[in-house]
Amino acid sequence: MTQVWSDDDRLIPVTVIEAGPCVVSQVRTMERDGYEAVQLAFGDVKESRVNKPEAGHFARAGVTPKRFVAEVPIAEGESFKPGQEVTVEGFEAGQQIHVTGTSKGKGFAGVMKRHNFRGGPGGHGSHAHREPGSVGQASTPSRVFKGVRLPGRMGGDTVTVRNLEIVRVDAEQNLLLVKGAVPGGKDSLLTIRLA
Amino acid sequence: MDKIRAIEQQQLRDDLPAFGVGDTVKVMYKVVEGGRERVQPFQGIVIRRHGSGNRETFTVRKISFAVGVERTFPVHSPKIVSLEVVTRGKVRRAKLYYLRDKVGKAARVKERR
Repeated sequence: MTQVWSDDDRLIPVTVIEAGPCVVSQVRTMERDGYEAVQLAFGDVKESRVNKPEAGHFARAGVTPKRFVAEVPIAEGESFKPGQEVTVEGFEAGQQIHVTGTSKGKGFAGVMKRHNFRGGPGGHGSHAHREPGSVGQASTPSRVFKGVRLPGRMGGDTVTVRNLEIVRVDAEQNLLLVKGAVPGGKDSLLTIRLA
Repeated sequence: MDKIRAIEQQQLRDDLPAFGVGDTVKVMYKVVEGGRERVQPFQGIVIRRHGSGNRETFTVRKISFAVGVERTFPVHSPKIVSLEVVTRGKVRRAKLYYLRDKVGKAARVKERR
């Protein structure tokens, strides 16, 4: 993330997203696949790094091999051809977008970090500093109910941040400057759609 | 990463004179008051420079009606109309927080010549 000056001289926190150029590597049709979607490919990769099935898939669409491939549903009435380019041209400054990505993995996290529990007292004879406390009753029901919030793996989930504002579009470098934070770490893959 | 740096680079201002901690500066700052815009001067000693790139800020301290006033400005803010270095100061630290505990003659900074 960085910051840019707005027109009224305020600092806006922005995330710089490299959005494309994506190419259409396959089109899913109702007749053949039972649903309508378009497969987008992004990020150049060396030809020697692509295995034969992948190379064949890209060759069929008539595009150079790419690193990432993702399927996106299409709206009714839209049509795409293999090899067609999808760029930031579809976005304008001021529009609202939904951004989907994979959140940063936090590993095995306790209840304070994972579920925002308060934990126990820090001192005064207490040893229950970051403990979850009680997880249920005694001999009835004699078990812990399903769904009780406990420690465990945190992060690495698919997260969508909704209604982010596009601050600027750089068509030359295919950059989107989006107000605020987006899920995931640096250089991670995102899906962007209009709100 | 380079792309982020390039975006920051575009916004840096190079029209302001070089100044550092200990210098007395006069900052002409645009303020909007009730829809009207005017330029407000703020003169004092720079007690800190903080951050880098387009997020860099500096803090100016002055004594106004016997009350210490500190104001922090972004170095590359478009709201800074102009900045004038009144005197260059000779100081031995990067942050002049000790000035907050000094009053009167003791709260001065040696001039560099």
